[in-house]
Amino acid sequence: MLKGRPTQVDYQLEQRDRNFVGYHLIVAVAALLIGSTFGPLQSLEHAGIDLYPQMTWLVDNYYQGLTIHGVLNALVWTTFFITGFLTLCMIKGLGRRLRYPVLNWIGFLTMVVGLVITAVPLLAGNATVLFTFYPPMQPSSLFYIGLTLVVVGSWIEGLGFYLTFYEWRKDNPDQRSPFIAFASLVTMVLWQIATIGVAAEILGMLLPASLGWTSGMDPQLARTLFWFTGHPLVYFWLLPAYLSWYAMLPKQVDGKMFSDQLARLAFWLFLLLSVPLGFHHQFVDPGIPSGWKYVHFALTYAVAIPSFMTMFTVIASLEYGAWRRGGRGLFGWVRALPWGNPSVTAQLLAGILFVFGGIGGIMNASYNVNLALHNTAWVPGHFHLTVASAVTMTFFGISYWLVPYIVGKPLWAPKLALASSWIYFGGMLVFSNALHTVGLLGAPRRVPLGLAPYIPSEWSGHLWRVGIGGTVMYIGLILYVVVIVVTALRRKRFAEDEGVEIPVAESRRDVQATPVWLDRWVPWLTATGLLILLAYGPQLYEQIVNAQLNSPSFPP
Amino acid sequence: MTDDTPAAEGFDEDPSASSEPDGGAVVVEPDEHVHVDPYERNWMRIAAFTMVVFAIAVTVAGLALGIQVPTDEGRVDPNTLASTPPWSEPGLREIVPGEEYDLYIVARRFAFQPMEVEIPQGATVNFYATSADVQHGIKLGLAGAEGRQASNINIMVIPGQVSKLTSTFDDVGVYDYICHEYCGLAHHQMAGVLRVVPAEGGE
Ligand code: HEM
Ligand SMILES: [Cu+2]
Ligand SMILES: [Cu+2]
Ligand SMILES: [Cu+2]
Repeated sequence: MLKGRPTQVDYQLEQRDRNFVGYHLIVAVAALLIGSTFGPLQSLEHAGIDLYPQMTWLVDNYYQGLTIHGVLNALVWTTFFITGFLTLCMIKGLGRRLRYPVLNWIGFLTMVVGLVITAVPLLAGNATVLFTFYPPMQPSSLFYIGLTLVVVGSWIEGLGFYLTFYEWRKDNPDQRSPFIAFASLVTMVLWQIATIGVAAEILGMLLPASLGWTSGMDPQLARTLFWFTGHPLVYFWLLPAYLSWYAMLPKQVDGKMFSDQLARLAFWLFLLLSVPLGFHHQFVDPGIPSGWKYVHFALTYAVAIPSFMTMFTVIASLEYGAWRRGGRGLFGWVRALPWGNPSVTAQLLAGILFVFGGIGGIMNASYNVNLALHNTAWVPGHFHLTVASAVTMTFFGISYWLVPYIVGKPLWAPKLALASSWIYFGGMLVFSNALHTVGLLGAPRRVPLGLAPYIPSEWSGHLWRVGIGGTVMYIGLILYVVVIVVTALRRKRFAEDEGVEIPVAESRRDVQATPVWLDRWVPWLTATGLLILLAYGPQLYEQIVNAQLNSPSFPP
Repeated sequence: MTDDTPAAEGFDEDPSASSEPDGGAVVVEPDEHVHVDPYERNWMRIAAFTMVVFAIAVTVAGLALGIQVPTDEGRVDPNTLASTPPWSEPGLREIVPGEEYDLYIVARRFAFQPMEVEIPQGATVNFYATSADVQHGIKLGLAGAEGRQASNINIMVIPGQVSKLTSTFDDVGVYDYICHEYCGLAHHQMAGVLRVVPAEGGE
């Protein structure tokens, strides 16, 4: 009973569940397409080619475009793709439909309604506050209401996951929870804990002020609440990519999951450690004692541990797969990986870029080193390697099997899909390196550098590289969208004996050998709560009791 | 892919590995401790060691070299800056002539007050800043350009809060102070200049 193929292996999603996942993807890809269109505009602006005067039919200025870029890419593309993908992993992992599909539908529709409500002031130019919406700059209240609904919708979908898992657990008290479902749950729990911060910020301070119920805001407290959410947000983006790297990519390279146990341990550590370190985004904020900043710096360094574990485990399982494919040699095995498979290649390139992103991240987090980097162009250089590469390219890779699985049609033009990844990768190397460079020289971020009076002419070579790299990236991205859309719309279906599988890797060691404590929620959730209380409690308390809602609002 | 393919060299192929699960008879006992591959254990040691070395370097730079991040300096009411000294009169104050200065900066869309400051080479400046409206920031200095200098000064300037950071200026040149937080539609134009000039009768 205990040993044997877990339920997930043979289970296939019903078509209506596949479609439900597919609807998430439609919103996600549409957001990516629209949001990214501003990418090359911003990049070319840096190079001195200002196309905004020709864009007035769409946006009034650079900042409005940048707000749309940040919101649609970093918030909408990610959140919708992730909820869709995790839904698939829950269903496949547990080998059953969601407990209450209607509940998840309600969650999804709430997110869509929220998105539409957010989009109205964004496009109308009444919410040009960038995706961080720092007060007391105030957008239309619709912006807050819309964002809140997106978050609430995702919580409802999360609730649907928990109820499904609860039922599965009752039926399978002694089984280890299947890894892909486990990882989905951790991601969702992390998201729900994290978003408490921004929920408190919007509902407790920003929305009341924008409706005129209070006379002002406390911008410092707002920042603290925002970054309570803002840091773990990046783990909400990353963990689904890790899920794919840990548990799916190995199968795609003919290997196995290197270690179910370590994978779980890593996910638990991410849950435990990713919330209580938001001050590393506030190293140069005035209203926080430097001692607390140091505490969050140290905790951030602790997160490096599960990150290094991930790096080892993922590379080891790739090597394992490559050996089984006949690859040999210290590094020679790399050539034996299935580089012809666009799904694999997208994710391998994502992983390579993430190494650089990770190194840059350690630098950002290094307390006083942050003085040289905070709010410089280095920062967008950094996170285009993480969220816009590691995460986005992994989602490209996932799409290349997921969309065929949903629509029952073979991937259109796999060669073009491969080219898309390489082009995006090449553009990103140039773009991101150039942004890092000008950032180190002191260029601020969120600035149309071509218009800024203080930018020295000596930098023009770097700024050209931003322009060229960004344009090339956009070409790669468009190819991805084309491949996916044509795949979904083409006529050709899989023949009877063809099809794609959801790649779920087996673990090298039997999952039932995984220690029980790696599959228990209460101790880990308790520890997470305690650590948050210790690392955030005193400062939050201090800032809340001393809060002064006396900063009046200003239009963008 | 069959399971008699040789495993990668150095990978311990686990006896309890679930290669062919169809037998179904064996009940697997859970491990007591996490099973860690020896290579991975060493890798984790290297990683932990590296992070500790970095942490020590950062801490030494903070304590011994005095490269510090801002700390809590108390609050100020953003609505009454005009009547709250010293914010009512932003600018440079001499503490020790030629050696130490306090510089009070008020950020207001889309200019700093003052926009131009001059100090002698070798002077130490305590920067104090606050905002009269929305969030701003200050990054002092640019590199990679003729006559321009960079510095470690980087602060958020937030309404209701006092930001403070100190730096000593040993290099003559122009230090631009640039607003680095989005503060509105002319954010990119918000910048002032600090000039470090050779000290009078200086060396
Ligand atoms: C064609 C691809 C892309 C290009 C050329 C591009 C280019 C840029 C540039 C030049 C900036 C800097 C703007 C500034 O600091 O003034 C920027 C900002 C940003 N990008 Fe992208 N980007 C692309 C795709 C993406 C993707 C896929 C994501 C996320 C998944 C993303 C997320 C962001 C975010 C969050 C910001 C910061 C916005 C802010 O500061 O408020 N970008 N992008
Ligand atoms: Cu962070
Ligand atoms: Cu400003
Ligand atoms: Cu500004």
